[in-house]
Amino acid sequence: MKLGKVIGTVVTVREVNQYQGCKLLLVQEVDESGRDVDEPLVAIDTVDAGIGSHIFFVTAREAAMAVPGRSIPADAAIVGIVEETK
Amino acid sequence: MILGRVTARVVATLKHPAFKRYGLLAVRPVNISGGLKEGGVIVAINAAQAGIGDIVLVNQEGKSARAIVGIKDAPIRSVIVGVVDHWEENGRTHNSRE
Repeated sequence: MKLGKVIGTVVTVREVNQYQGCKLLLVQEVDESGRDVDEPLVAIDTVDAGIGSHIFFVTAREAAMAVPGRSIPADAAIVGIVEETK
Repeated sequence: MILGRVTARVVATLKHPAFKRYGLLAVRPVNISGGLKEGGVIVAINAAQAGIGDIVLVNQEGKSARAIVGIKDAPIRSVIVGVVDHWEENGRTHNSRE
C-alpha cells in the first residue's frame, strides 16, 4: 500500500460495465511528510474519499479485489482514509 | 489507471487468439494537464469503444485484463477501460477535446 492525496476527479463518457457506479479519483502519491512522489494516477474509490483527502491505496492485482463481492478491472484503488502520520 | 491519448490504431493480422475480440490501440500517456509525455506508447486492447484522439483510462493489471477478455491465461495486461469526458485537478477542469 502507498500513501496519497486526492487531487481531483475523472469523469468518463463510456466505460466497461464493471465501472458503473464507481467513483474515479486522481491521486498523487506522497511520502510520510506529504511530499509528492512520482506522477498522479487514477484510482477507484472504495471509502468515499473527497478532494483533499489523505488516503492510502493499493496498486496492481489487489486493486481488482478492493470492492467486496465484485471483481473490478482496476490497477489502483483507494482503500483507507488517513487521519495523520506521526 | 493512467490517463492517455489514443494516437493510432494498431493493425495486426497475426496475433495470439486471446486478442481476437478487441481492437488494439496505441495510447500515449499524458500528464495531469493533458500534454503528451515523452517516451514510449502503450498498446492496449479497446474495451470501451475508444477512438483516435480520445483521452482514455488505461488499466495495466493482468488479472483484470484476463477477466475482461474471459480467457484465463490470456497474455494481456493493458486495457482501455474508459473514455474520459473531463477531469479536474487542483480546481482546474480539463476537457478531453481540448
